[in-house]
Amino acid sequence: MSTANSRFGVPHEGGVPHSDDGVPDPGEMGGIPRVGPGPAPRPPLTHALRDALLAALVAAGLFIPLVGLRTDVGPGGGGLMIRTRWGDVAILVGIVFAARLLLNLWSNFRPAPAPRSAQRTALMGRVGTAVAPALLALAIALPFLPGTTRYGLDLGILVLTYVMLGWGLNIVVGLAGLLDLGYVAFYAVGAYSYALLSTTFDLSFWICLPLAGILAAFWGVLLGFPVLRLRGDYLAIVTLAFGEIIRVVLLNWVSLTGGPNGISGIPRPTFFGLSFSAGGGPGSFADFFGLEPSPTHRVVFLYYLILGLALLTNWVTLRLRRQPLGRAWEALREDEIACRALGINVTNTKLSAFAIGAMFGGFAGAFFATRQAFISPESFTFIESAIILAIVVLGGLGSQLGVAIAALVMIGGFEAFRDLEEYRMLVFGGAMVAIMVWRPRGLVSSRTPSVSLGARKAISAELVGQGR
Amino acid sequence: MAYALQQLINGVALGMIYGLIAVGYTMVYGIIGMINFAHGDIFMVGAFISLISFVLISMGGWTAGPGAILLVLLVSMAITALYGWSVERVAYRPLRGSFRLAPLISAIGMSIVLQNYVQVAQGARVKPIEAIITGNLEIWHGNGFAVSISTMQAVIVVVTLAVLAIFTWLVTRTALGRAMRACEQDRKMAGLLGIDTDRTISITFVIGAALASVAGTMYLLRYGVIDFYIGFLAGVKAFTAAVLGGIGSLPGAVLGGLLIGLIETFWSAYFSVEYKDVATFAILVITLIFMPTGLLGRAEVEKV
Repeated sequence: MSTANSRFGVPHEGGVPHSDDGVPDPGEMGGIPRVGPGPAPRPPLTHALRDALLAALVAAGLFIPLVGLRTDVGPGGGGLMIRTRWGDVAILVGIVFAARLLLNLWSNFRPAPAPRSAQRTALMGRVGTAVAPALLALAIALPFLPGTTRYGLDLGILVLTYVMLGWGLNIVVGLAGLLDLGYVAFYAVGAYSYALLSTTFDLSFWICLPLAGILAAFWGVLLGFPVLRLRGDYLAIVTLAFGEIIRVVLLNWVSLTGGPNGISGIPRPTFFGLSFSAGGGPGSFADFFGLEPSPTHRVVFLYYLILGLALLTNWVTLRLRRQPLGRAWEALREDEIACRALGINVTNTKLSAFAIGAMFGGFAGAFFATRQAFISPESFTFIESAIILAIVVLGGLGSQLGVAIAALVMIGGFEAFRDLEEYRMLVFGGAMVAIMVWRPRGLVSSRTPSVSLGARKAISAELVGQGR
Repeated sequence: MAYALQQLINGVALGMIYGLIAVGYTMVYGIIGMINFAHGDIFMVGAFISLISFVLISMGGWTAGPGAILLVLLVSMAITALYGWSVERVAYRPLRGSFRLAPLISAIGMSIVLQNYVQVAQGARVKPIEAIITGNLEIWHGNGFAVSISTMQAVIVVVTLAVLAIFTWLVTRTALGRAMRACEQDRKMAGLLGIDTDRTISITFVIGAALASVAGTMYLLRYGVIDFYIGFLAGVKAFTAAVLGGIGSLPGAVLGGLLIGLIETFWSAYFSVEYKDVATFAILVITLIFMPTGLLGRAEVEKV
């Protein structure tokens, strides 16, 4: 099936084998060969130049109004004034011209891409088995490595939070194939649950953590019920709407949530009842173990806490994949009708995916609240959902290692560009587009099937179904 | 009664703007089956280009008459269409034939890019513009409450209806429209019959962006203030409108837009302004529970 494109001499990367479900999925039409004569062969350099000039012309059209004519509020506070910036436009157009020219020349002299062989997939699998333990060892050893700064640890905590969120969402999107654009809602529910329970009832972190998970799972089921019948983009928009509803309610229910001011003074976690107060003193962690009081202790503790929570998520996911429930999820992802025909209870399967995915989101939320000691609705906007979904998809749907690497690349990369300030989000969005164009199947694009006949071997991600 | 009538007029004017954006979503969805998440930001770009054009015109010393507004509208449509075309060319076309989530992520990335590009290029502060169309038309006076249509609202409704009429003619009566509908039904077959599907898809994006820029201009004229972030909420609401009307259906998109506009206006008028978005989304969820394919959508036939 995947050779359908190359049969016509049009090598097409990422051609999806069609799923024979009668619904014309977009993938099927990708490699339609052009009917009629193609463009007449031209000398490559002239052609490349022409094309680059055209691109530069388009770029000029794009950049002249928005970059070239900057509007500013006038000095008197009155109407808008225009400031011209032709130099910037010229630079941008020049960059587009050069980039397009180089791309054209490169694609002319590049050898035709070879189809991805089974050996390469197997090699990737072997590399994968080596990378995962190495990453884990690095993650465990990080706080004790020489040269690890406070900033490095904070970054590690941030990355691990997103790894955990990615793994949690992976259950819903990667395993059960339900496209969820409102995952941040459960993150918010977890965070607010912990904040409210601990500030109102003085409950400790370790009691609130499971409660936050349960509450988030409850909301997951609540969301799951109305969307049981929906598929694909209807599901996507309803989950997005759900995320926005939660955020708007948090923003406006001032008496409970503090509205835009959020909740501050959230208690920090304790180590079996030992606090991490900076001054030391009796009953503190440093005092009990006879250590010099240091703020680093708490950061290291938080680091291991989120590492443990993330690994728990991973372990539960891996275990569930071997159990009937996990297999039902994956069967549901591949074909819902076949599932029904085989007697799988689709309702329970979908609801459990939402609930378990939401639970881990809730855990992550509780952790976020205790780490920040302050939460407000601003932390739970749609862009967070988009980033988490992007991590799952960029990692390669359903691949645990891929999600971890994608979180490291996206969040770590985002922090690495801190100096760029306002250009940072621009680079971030651009990277999302570039990674998708370059590797639409994600960074790790091979899978080990959960169930196999005979020897277990990795298969290409292109053979795995995706969210509907 | 008079109050309700006034809200009806306000709601229709707002709904027209949503409807114009929703048409872009529904067209793209119909033809390549993807949520063009960046469409809301295309709308924002359209609003910014009209803002810049208006400022240029006022600096040139012209008075802002109907001719000037038409000129701004045309300039904005042309440049925004170029943006729509470029976005498709850069972020979506290389992913044609990929799996379904890839273009969605690419679109979210593109939306982030457009938002931050405008923020960097034009600044993060809100851009005010003085009212260009003023005037009021009192149509009814009942127990101390005057019902009126502002000239602005009349312009929005008239321009939207005119644009939609041209668009309907384009889709139903021309060879291009036939090609678009053919691609929507079966892209592979259309390709085999000699339709340049890539070109048709590009044109779909161009038309969608042009309609969004009209909506952007109307938004600018109506509210007089824009910033780089207006695209997100307007985009989500317009997409909600498209889903409510039945995604893929063009009359459904306009109907959905009108409904969303009305719901939002009436909720703000009679209940609370803070929760108007919740009301909109709640109506969406309720509609979808009972009518999973929207109001005018076709049921998807599933074959095994």
